[in-house]
Amino acid sequence: MTAGPARPNLQLDAKGQLRHCLTLEGLPRELLIQILDQSAGFLGVARQAVKKVPLCRGKTVANLFFETSTRTRTTFELAAKRLSADVLTLNIAASSTTKGETLLDTLRNLEAMHVDMFVVRHAESGAAHFIAQHAAPGVSVINAGDGRHAHPTQGLLDMFTIRRHKGDFAPLRVAIVGDILHSRVARSQLAALKTLGVAEVRLVAPRTLLPADPESLGARVCHDLREGVRDADVIIMLRLQRERMRGALLPSEHEYFQLFGLTEERLATAKPDAIVMHPGPINRGVEMDSQVADGPRSVILEQVSNGIAVRMAVMALCLGSQHPEQVKVKGER
Amino acid sequence: MPDSPRISIRHGRLIDPATGVDGLRDLHLAGGRVLAVGAAPAGFAPDQVLDARGQVVCPGFVDLCARLREPGEEHKGTIASETAAAAAAGITSLCCPPDTAPIIDTPAVAQLITRTADRAGWARVVPAGALTQGLAGEQLSEMAALRPAGCAVMSQADRPILNTLVLRRALEYAATFGLTVFLRPEDPQLRAQGCAHEGRVATRLGLPGIPEAAETVALARDLALAEQTGARVHLRGLSCARSLEMIADAHCRGLAVTADVSAHQLILTEDDLEGFNSQCHLYPPLRTRADRDALRDAVRAGLINAVCSDHQPHEADAKLAPFPSTAPGMAALETLLPLMLRLVAAGVLDLPAALARLTCGPAAILGLPLGSLAVGQPADVCVFDPEAQWQIGPDTWRSRGHNTPFRGERLTGRVSWTLLGGRIVHALRS
Repeated sequence: MTAGPARPNLQLDAKGQLRHCLTLEGLPRELLIQILDQSAGFLGVARQAVKKVPLCRGKTVANLFFETSTRTRTTFELAAKRLSADVLTLNIAASSTTKGETLLDTLRNLEAMHVDMFVVRHAESGAAHFIAQHAAPGVSVINAGDGRHAHPTQGLLDMFTIRRHKGDFAPLRVAIVGDILHSRVARSQLAALKTLGVAEVRLVAPRTLLPADPESLGARVCHDLREGVRDADVIIMLRLQRERMRGALLPSEHEYFQLFGLTEERLATAKPDAIVMHPGPINRGVEMDSQVADGPRSVILEQVSNGIAVRMAVMALCLGSQHPEQVKVKGER
Repeated sequence: MPDSPRISIRHGRLIDPATGVDGLRDLHLAGGRVLAVGAAPAGFAPDQVLDARGQVVCPGFVDLCARLREPGEEHKGTIASETAAAAAAGITSLCCPPDTAPIIDTPAVAQLITRTADRAGWARVVPAGALTQGLAGEQLSEMAALRPAGCAVMSQADRPILNTLVLRRALEYAATFGLTVFLRPEDPQLRAQGCAHEGRVATRLGLPGIPEAAETVALARDLALAEQTGARVHLRGLSCARSLEMIADAHCRGLAVTADVSAHQLILTEDDLEGFNSQCHLYPPLRTRADRDALRDAVRAGLINAVCSDHQPHEADAKLAPFPSTAPGMAALETLLPLMLRLVAAGVLDLPAALARLTCGPAAILGLPLGSLAVGQPADVCVFDPEAQWQIGPDTWRSRGHNTPFRGERLTGRVSWTLLGGRIVHALRS
């Protein structure tokens, strides 16, 4: 539009604090670092005898999963419980919407129950933005994955994991391998890696699994796995959905593994201390073989543990941004 | 239209692209037609004089694509509500695509529409007849029967014929009767579940993309069949630069195809989807700035000789969902003139050329004697203030559809009077 009004950043409040967490795009570097720092503080909670902090006591968090998920839903649930919030998990894929209720009606009904935060997963890109735009003023929205668009807490937990192993982001070469086209995880990782200023991001995939104009995401494209992982510090493998074979995107899992599957032998060209990541769940023998998945360089299970701490940090920040007095106690263990 | 008053429109800048008139001329109307341009005939005593000082007087606009939603989707709009909006926008004739419910594939539906429009009296409505029965792309419609019922052209709306043989036969059959066929080139398999231009923005937002080839592949087929059959084909709603090269190429080979573009495609681009703005969920999708600029060039050069509104009013709920689930389209009758004037202000083309794309250009494609103010022509007139600024609001918006991305923007160019067959159907309250 020639004279469109400037769009305010929906995710930040007037003071620049996190109000919603919808995408990592457009979040300033300092805020990302702040979230990572606070996540480190929350890591200790899991090792306490009483795995709880009272930061969000009295708050109600509703998990709205319009798309099925086990891992993400569970870690959000645990994160909220460890913050002492009350948690409501709704498996909406199987309830209201099948009765014809619109997304907005579902939202309004839950708002009427005075929920403070929605954690939303939805099959369509932009769903979390839509909910945030229509949520009541005091309600926060955390995007737990919307279509192909974003999965910001996964992106953050990956950054957190990378930082714990590598320290500084600046010199890192990161390879993201697999189905970039359909991956909200890859988009969130790319946004964060760009903001955190890594040396290079490579996207490794056949043309059919890359979106149009992939370089516009700020990455180098590469169709050869060996070349893609050469001298890499971090290798992120993406999950390949079985249905991709049907859409004429790939001939077979066999050929995919032959070309893009990660093996110890292919990993040899990466840096000796390279780490291997995967958002899970892994298809063993498709994205990587078991030797790599269970090998010394794999940090896959650590990602899961880190996920709880990162989600606690994001939830506490979002809920805290409405209650400045709580920000002060955020550092406590 | 029987007892139209005698009206003189005085002191305005008369622009009639069809006759090349552009200057301060009075316009005199009687009996529903243009009586004289310039000096009034001796003894002419008008019943009413409109003072058009500082205003532009031009033929009422002819819109090649406006959905009125009746019959079938009256919760989105009715023939009366949308033609009233057209009158307020200076549009006096509009062609509605056949994808109503029921579909315009029988004379009865066509007549229902034209009679309802006549009774409402706001604008002339030309129903496009369905090219195939039920728009299913399988069996030919009864075109010879549809034409006398008011269907000046045949169309597949936005439902492309998959079977190329059926399309060939449909074009041949239409050509038998000299009927123009409107086609919007799109390969539905290449479009798949796409909802945005396959490019930089869709990549970042993770929106399923519609590649340029969804248009160009279908266009190549449609052009080849137009050449093969000799049918008169009009290509609706082009969106990519490459399509324009293909049309220019076809013209070079002597093919008499015509093409149009929706006004918003000349203003907006893929960047306007930012923030998942569902008001910019449109088909064909908003494409790149380079595409938009090429479309502008084509409109200036006359490769595209009609600009239409592609009006698609929706109820509010239709846009209240995550972007991919929202209904595509915008309510666009009332922004048609302001958007064209933006192009004039941006130096894309001069005012007479811009008005030609809204009047004689589309009228020629419809093959109807409209869009001109030559003596004896129907007195369909638009008088507008090219400087007046306004914003979309409850007092300025007539369409039942409030789905527009231009809300909140300053629009320039406001219609003061619209005359249909010599009768004033819209007068701006000042």
